[in-house]
Amino acid sequence: MTTIANTGQSGRAQPQPAQAAPFLRQVGAQFKAELLLTSRRGENILVTLILPVILLVFFASLKIIPVSAGSVINFLLPGILALAIMASGMVHLGISTAYERYYGVLKRLGATPLPRSGLIAAKIVAVLLLEVLQVVLLVGIALLFYGWRPVGSPGLAILVLALGTITFAALGLAMAGSLRAETTLAVANGLYLLFLLIGGGILPLDHLPAPLAALAQYLPAAAFTQSLQAALTAGAPFPGAALLTLLVWMILILAVAIRTFRWE
Amino acid sequence: MMSAHAQTAGRMVDLAALPEGAEAAIVVDRFCKSYNGRRVVDELSFSVRRGEVFALLGPNGAGKTTTVETLEGYRRPDGGSVRVLGLDPIRDAARLKPLIGVMLQQDGLYPMLRPREVLRLFAGYYRQPQPIDQLLERVGIDPGTKTICRRLSGGQKRRLALALALVGNPQLLFLDEPTAGMDPQARLATWEIIRDLKAQGVTILLTTHLMDEAERLADRVAIIDHGRLIALDTPDRLTGVDSATVVRFVAPAGLDSRALAALPGVQRAEEVRPGSYLLETAPQSMPAVLADLTAWLRDRGITLTELRVGHGSLEELFLRLTGSEMRE
Repeated sequence: MTTIANTGQSGRAQPQPAQAAPFLRQVGAQFKAELLLTSRRGENILVTLILPVILLVFFASLKIIPVSAGSVINFLLPGILALAIMASGMVHLGISTAYERYYGVLKRLGATPLPRSGLIAAKIVAVLLLEVLQVVLLVGIALLFYGWRPVGSPGLAILVLALGTITFAALGLAMAGSLRAETTLAVANGLYLLFLLIGGGILPLDHLPAPLAALAQYLPAAAFTQSLQAALTAGAPFPGAALLTLLVWMILILAVAIRTFRWE
Repeated sequence: MMSAHAQTAGRMVDLAALPEGAEAAIVVDRFCKSYNGRRVVDELSFSVRRGEVFALLGPNGAGKTTTVETLEGYRRPDGGSVRVLGLDPIRDAARLKPLIGVMLQQDGLYPMLRPREVLRLFAGYYRQPQPIDQLLERVGIDPGTKTICRRLSGGQKRRLALALALVGNPQLLFLDEPTAGMDPQARLATWEIIRDLKAQGVTILLTTHLMDEAERLADRVAIIDHGRLIALDTPDRLTGVDSATVVRFVAPAGLDSRALAALPGVQRAEEVRPGSYLLETAPQSMPAVLADLTAWLRDRGITLTELRVGHGSLEELFLRLTGSEMRE
């Protein structure tokens, strides 16, 4: 009798202790919020989707790109894809995270059961989804309107896209976690313009002044762009030097991001 | 007979749960913290019982937020130790975070999301969150509002931050200046919520520099200044230390405090600021002290501009303990 009464009493007296949701459910909730945030900020859509499409359509239609061999679209598409990835990782992820830090959102999340790894996972998945959208949109336009046909190595292209994503997402987060929000905004946009001009995605590097071209060669944008161009060109040699440069940048930037990132 | 039996059984259960229930919710033991060589918390020790509302009271820069943020796991003590619900806030973070609710000084809301969207996100972190629409109504925010957080008033942001702290059914709540920026009505509503939570057995650590907030809500108040504990007791006993009898008056600066202290029945006299005086006396001496004070002033041809008699509030206590006014 006593035992039964005991169980009943304790069941009422002590409610279930508060528990965290399973990790994947937390990441899912965060992922939905990240998507909502991306869709609600018009400048994100502009810089990640509209701007790359304008660049592609503008330069593919004007035929002012000095291409040495092959069609304009074959040269242009990998470069614009690379710029789109940079816009997602460096510009969009970097700036939005910088402002989340500025507004104390990141700090506040630190007091919830959501682990840091869960937040980063949700952000990565949201960026990947955005990139899929970018690739579908840009490749679709190239296929439908400019007669582009897939050539080269799709496997290598996906590997290069993955390396580029990590490199530029880490670059955005490195800025977001160490600089002031306004500084991140300015630097991310400035770098984007610089990479647009000397990344070799729109203007071939060999048309730049020699010293500038030599310098640009070693920057992550050109390394990423050239790797992607080689992957999407029929019979192109393996882009060993460019891929190695990109890999070195990736490791370097990741290390800096991990060391310098501050949540508050 | 049956109900008596059940009651006994219930008591037995309570006894069995005692070891855990009796354990303090928070233990701060000789906690020290410095920033750039400047010590902001200095050998601070106190403990908070389970189910208690405990207020940390002190001016800006007293070390309140540093203390609370260490308990929340944001900072590592330079010296001493802190335990929260028997856990180490940094090492045991994964176990502790689901059990606590937090309201930081900065609300930390996503500026572009609506209140309901932010609350739904936070609810997603917990296995059994509170129903979000009811919670929004409880803190006085319309669940259907399309206004994004950036456009909410300061008081509304604060109330939403309170809802975020509550959504996971915490056992322990940290409220860092919960009513800052609220209008008087919202402040009263928030106090009501805090009293309800206390009735439900939630332990609450709140910081404030509002004396009346601490007096009205807290079971015990710790007064800290320059990172040190100055006083710790119930509000009644803190304000009742000098038998709750204080005379404050405003007159020309530079009156002889010693002569004032020598008046019959006066225990202490002090010019707390130029021209602002404070006398302490026993309750039964108060009428005589007032007569003697005005007579003393008349004899010297001095006119009072203000005279207040009352209980020593926490505010006056603070003034006396630290020698300075509370800085807002």
